[in-house]
Order: sequence, then C-alpha cells, then structure tokens
Amino acid sequence: MRPFAELLDRLVLTPQRNAKIKLMADYFRAAPDPDRGYALAAIAGTLTLKIVKPNVLRQLVLERMDEVLFRYSYDYVGDLAETISLVWEPPAESQAAIGDLALGAVMHQLETAGRANVHGLVRDLLDQLEGSSRFAFLKLITGGLRIGVSARLVKQALADMGNVDITEIETLWHGLSPPYIPLFQWLDGTAGKPELDMPAVFHAVMLATPVGDNDLASLDPKDFAAEWKWDGIRVQLANLAGTRRLYSRSGDDISGAFPDILEAANFEGIIDGELLVGGTMRTNHATRTFSDLQQRLNRKTVTRKMLEEYPAFIRGYDLLFSGGRDMRPESFLTRRGALSALIEKAAPSHFDLSPLVPFSSWEELDRLRKDPPDPVIEGIMLKRLDSPYTSGRSKGPWFKWKREPYNVDAVLMYAQRGHGKRSSYYSDFTFGVWTQSDGKDVLVPVGKAYFGFTDAELEVLDRYVRNNTIERFGPVRSIRAEADHGFVVEVAFEGINFSSRHKSGVAMRFPRISRLRTDKLPRDADRLETLLAMIGSPDSALAAPAEPK
Amino acid sequence: MVTPITRAGHTHVMATRETLDIMRIRYGDAFCTSTQEAILGASTSIGDVTVSFHPAGHVLGSAQIAVEANGTHIVVSGDYKRRHDPTCLSFAPVACDVFITEATFGLPVFHHPDDRSEIVKLLTSLKQFPERAHLVGAYSLGKAQRIIALMRETGYDAPIFIHGALARLCDYYESEGIELGDLRPATIDAKDKQSFAGAVVVGPPSAFADKWARRFPDPIPIFASGWMLVRQRAKQRGVELPMIISDHCDWPELTETIREINPGQVWVTHGREEALVRWCELQGIAARPLHLVGYDDEGE
Repeated sequence: MRPFAELLDRLVLTPQRNAKIKLMADYFRAAPDPDRGYALAAIAGTLTLKIVKPNVLRQLVLERMDEVLFRYSYDYVGDLAETISLVWEPPAESQAAIGDLALGAVMHQLETAGRANVHGLVRDLLDQLEGSSRFAFLKLITGGLRIGVSARLVKQALADMGNVDITEIETLWHGLSPPYIPLFQWLDGTAGKPELDMPAVFHAVMLATPVGDNDLASLDPKDFAAEWKWDGIRVQLANLAGTRRLYSRSGDDISGAFPDILEAANFEGIIDGELLVGGTMRTNHATRTFSDLQQRLNRKTVTRKMLEEYPAFIRGYDLLFSGGRDMRPESFLTRRGALSALIEKAAPSHFDLSPLVPFSSWEELDRLRKDPPDPVIEGIMLKRLDSPYTSGRSKGPWFKWKREPYNVDAVLMYAQRGHGKRSSYYSDFTFGVWTQSDGKDVLVPVGKAYFGFTDAELEVLDRYVRNNTIERFGPVRSIRAEADHGFVVEVAFEGINFSSRHKSGVAMRFPRISRLRTDKLPRDADRLETLLAMIGSPDSALAAPAEPK
Repeated sequence: MVTPITRAGHTHVMATRETLDIMRIRYGDAFCTSTQEAILGASTSIGDVTVSFHPAGHVLGSAQIAVEANGTHIVVSGDYKRRHDPTCLSFAPVACDVFITEATFGLPVFHHPDDRSEIVKLLTSLKQFPERAHLVGAYSLGKAQRIIALMRETGYDAPIFIHGALARLCDYYESEGIELGDLRPATIDAKDKQSFAGAVVVGPPSAFADKWARRFPDPIPIFASGWMLVRQRAKQRGVELPMIISDHCDWPELTETIREINPGQVWVTHGREEALVRWCELQGIAARPLHLVGYDDEGE
C-alpha cells in the first residue's frame, strides 16, 4: 500500500504533465501484480468498491479518541478522511506488524468481507497501515479519491511504461478490467497483446492539424472536401454484436450519460461524429450551444427531465466499421457514401449527416469560415477526398481552420504564482472589465488566463505584479487597477456564455492573453456590456435560466 | 535560552555559549548590553531564585530553563523536540512542579514520520528526476543544518548548494564540530544553469518564491517543515515534495514528555493550547493555557 500511497501524494502535488507520467510509469514498472492493476483502476476511476459511509469512520475514530480532541483536529484539517488518517494511533501490539500490507491484499479483504464485518475490517486495516497509506485507504473506501489525473494521462503512462503507442492502450482499454493482469504482462513483455472478447471497443480517432500560414498555397481545392467544424464534443459510437458504447475522443466511456443515443442506434458498426444538443437538421430544429451540451456531460446517469430539456444527437462525420467490415482503409468519399446511406435509415431525431460546404477556392472558403451560417460552428474542416481513416494526428489528410477568436481588452486584477518552471513567476492572472455599480465604474473579474504570452512578456507581467501589489491573500496578489494606473491586456477566447457561477455573470471559453496593451490605460479597456453583446445568439439566451447554481 | 524569545533588543541576555554566538551572528555584536554565559546543568543564583539551563533538543544551543524559588521548581521548556538530531544535544527531562511547555504542534493530528523516511523521499526524487534542481526550503537556523546532516548520515556526499542567508550559520555549526560536508554557494552565472540539474539546493523558504529561484533548471519546490503533514498546507504553498521534518515536538512527543516529567501542573503556551490542556485534563493533570502576547505566530 505504501508505494501506492506515496504515488498518490506525489501526483496530487505535481502540476507538470510529464512529471506525472513519469511518476506513474515508474510506479507501474516497480509495483507487482495485482497491486499495480488496482492502483491503475483507482487512478482511472474503474475501481468498484463498496462505499463506507463517513459516519462509520467517525464512529471508529471516536471508539479510540476523545470527541473534543477529535473536533479540534477535524476543524484544523477540514477533511474527514485526512483527519482520521492523521489522528489514528494503532495499538502498541499491532505496530510491530507494520511491514507493509499490499494494496492487492487490502482489496481482496474488502471484496470478500460481508457487509456486517466492514466496521471491524476497516478498523483492523487502519491499525495495519502507516499514515499516508491510511489516507489513501480511507479515500478509496469513501470514494473520495481526487488526484487530478485524467484517464488519458494514465494511459500515456502505460504507453511509456511498455513503449507502445497510446492508441493501442485506448483500443484495448474498454475490453479489460481491474486488476489488468494481461495488460501489464503485455507491457512488461512477458506475454502477448491481450485478445479482446468485446467487439464494441474504442478505435483511436483521426485528428486534424491546424492550417498554418502557407499550408494551403500548394494544395488544390479540388482534392478536398470541406465541412463545418461543430462546437460539441467528438465522439465514437459503437454498436456491434449486441454491445453498444459511446466513447469520447480520448476513449472515455460516456454511455451512461447518453441512453437516448444508444437506444436510437439501429445500425451495426462504428461511426465518428460530433455530439451535440438540440435538434438535427433532419428535424429542422436549431443546434444548441456548447454550454447546453455541458449540462449533459460528466454525468454517470441522466434524468428524464434532462433528456427532454437537452436532447442529444450525433452529427455524423465518418464511418469506421460498417457491420463487421473495416471501412478505415477506404477513401473519405467511399466512407462518406456509406455513412450517408446508414444515417438515411437511422432515427432522424438522433442522427444527421454533417453537410459538405461547397467551395471552389481557398479565398471563398476563408470568407465562409469568417462568417459561418450557424453560431455553433467554430470553423472549417478540410478532408482529402482520397484519405483513408488513420488514427492520430498526421499532417496532410485533415486540416482544421478555426474561426477567428473573440478579443477584448481587460485589466489585470489579481495574480498568482505558477507551478514548476514558473513557480517564481506571477503567471496566473485574473482580469476584469468595467461595469456600473452604484453609479460608479468598477472593474469586475471576467476570467482567468495563464498562457498566451511569451517568456519575455511574462517577465514584464511579473515585474508589474511585484511592483504594483496592493494586497496579498495567501498566494494571491491583488494588483493596482485604477482608471489611470493599471495593466491592460488583450484577451482572446473561443466563446462566451452566461454563467451564474461568476460574479460578472459571464464565462469565457479557452481565454488566453494574446497581447500586452502597454499602450492603453485601464480606462480604455472594454465594458461588460461589450461581452454580453457577444453572447447574443438566441440559443445561448435560452440557456441562461437553466444554468446550475 | 528559550528560543522564541531570542530576539534583538534585550538589555541583559543569559544564554548558552552557542546561543550567544548565534545571536551575535544574527544581530551583530551590539545585540544587547551585557551577556552572561549559562553552563548546561550548572545552577546560578539571581536574587532569591536559582536558575539552571538544560538541553532542549530544538537547535544548537537551545535550552530549557529551570527556576527554583522557595522550594517550587518551574521548568520553561522553550521550543523542544525529542527526536534524534545530529546537530544538537538531546532534550533532558527535568523534574518540576510546574512544566511550561510549548505546543506548536499541539493537536492529535501531528504524528511526524521518521526523519529518515522523509530524507529517502528526497533521495528517490533525485534519482527519478536527475534533470531537475531540488530546492529544499528550510529555516536558516537549525532546520537547514539538520537536513544537511541527515542527508550526510545516509551517505549522500555530493556537494549541497546553499543560499547566502545560510552561509554564516553553516560555518558556525561546522566550527562547533558538526560536519556538513561539501557545501557550496548557490550562485553561478546564468550560463551555468544546467550545473544545478539533479543538485540539492537548500535555502530559506521565502527565497523560493523569489526571483532568486529562477536560476535553477525546472526546479522542484520542496519544503522541510512539520506543517507539511497537512496536505492542503503543502498545496497552498505550491510545494511539490513535502518533507515532514520538524524541530518541535509532535503530539506523541508532547504527551509522552508530560507523562515522563509528571509535573504537578502544566502550563501550555506558544501554539495550540486548547487541545493539550484538554488532554491533560483527561489525564487528571492540572493544566492551563498561558498566552504570551505576540508569540503566537507559526514559525517553525
């Protein structure tokens, strides 16, 4: 348990992606089976354990400890599992037994324990574990493990460990289960690649590269098809041999949140498309915004009301398998023909076909890109007509050409130090725009950004923060920001919506600091009304009252 | 001396020789008008009271003060700890009627792990991330030297780089026979940035938030402190590798010390008085909080 506990402690405090991957890959190499498989499941969120209620834990600790002393402790730490892990004192006789109880052994005992024995078992295990391990153990059994590692990142660590491509891990992932022994044997090189029984597995998706400065000059528009780039999330829907699954772009299984789509899938095969909310083109209803789609994301289950208020559908882009037939080696044109026929027969309320955008020159396409006909379009996709479907991101067959970002001029209000390389720089900024409050102009924060600037610009920003700090709140500094004294930055972002979670009432998507406007005074910065006007589309306005508190 | 009270601005200071030396290093020769050296274990009469100094195990030179008047014995612990520390004498329990104890970590959550396991965390990280500079934040007096000495005990013999603020105190520790090995100043031209890859750099915690830290390649922020036990504390400070090493007693050390000394009364000061007072009450020991104005910060 101890190596796993130490890994968790390090992961929680390590901000850098590569360092996290290294910590996990090293752990997977060193830890034995089945411990590492359970650790993998705990990190990737595939572990199913009976959950122990906080009340049981509270009872356990109060059997040993004065209630007043426990209360002082809990008030200080603020987290129940952590408090118990810290105050717990094993009786003197069992301390001698602390070798290190293996994670696999702990899991085995938990899995085989009857419900009536859980109380005693948890106490015994707490007595046998040291501090950090007690913490990890309590977080596991209360279902409260939060370590800031995405499923994608842990798969990358597995890929690094076995020196294989991450797409191979993604394809295998949903056919395997904890403690993943065949997977680790394959990555160790002691066994072959696991064979899967389940047909509806995830296949790594094909990705596009952004259109660069001179990329199009040498290309012939006749070789390409253009499609709108819809602002939803990219998904893969598989329906093979009685198994239906909906996967996100990175291979996370999101079936649980979209029963409406799974039920409507009346075809055998695997399609690639954009998951959206609203009405399909076949039903003549508008496609709704990304913020509406967000209401349906990151849920394990979904209520009937959600299904009615936020109906989801798939806008088809591509066909990977038609029945059992692998279509990926075929050309884009051939695959699209087959996809079109398939969607023609599928439920109109849940499936439509991404329309092609006719064009004859790059200039014409550029004009269309800058002024798309629907607010839920975020750019153009270019696909070579003769390109097969290949996983990953290689330059040439597919391009994405995004709409221009939105821009506003905002004033820096707060700054926080960064992490890792940036730990001595103020590099995380909160910026605001002007609004009226009690008849006066005041700045209201509208977003945060921690990238977009160059290293040289960061030096300038950092110096400004250090020389213009008004107040400090722990790691945060409040910066001087008055009409005639302050720092103006140009903020670029991809979209904006109403949000009741923010004081300003708006939330930006993907904001970054695109330019330092040292030529401007804070009084020249934008106003909140300008941002509100950018929201403007009827669909977004519809979404406003439905935002969660 | 009682450590938290060693500040400049007193007229007469009676302290151990080491403490007087350290005060001179930190505050200059004119830190007070007159000094009197206390010999550990020896009694001195001041008016009607008899005073003696005893090792506290906190940092080099730290002492508890025992005061006797009219047959009543009072011991003021000052900051103290009970663990092995290669840089100072161990705490010596002194029987008394009233024990005035510090309580910096006076909550049952504070169970500081074995120092060696914390040093191993650092050594493991050095192997895992040999391209990164390991910046260890440690208070300049005592903690920094203890970390260095503990690393040397494990056999780590590579040069350790130190911030300028540590230099004079480290020199002093060495002159007192505490071996710290190959110490080098952590100052090198920008072009030599890579020479700190995989190196251990020790400095005061405040320096790591400062521009000073930029000279190091992809640094890992580390902080050696008893507070690092609580995860949120580490996270708030941006610490990536917490080393839970304290120069104060943790909860079991505090309670075991009170049991061992078995005084008639316990007065609790400097920290979280209420929990330790509660514990004493549960044990049937008379106890009360003693609030010292201006001394309730969280220095460690």
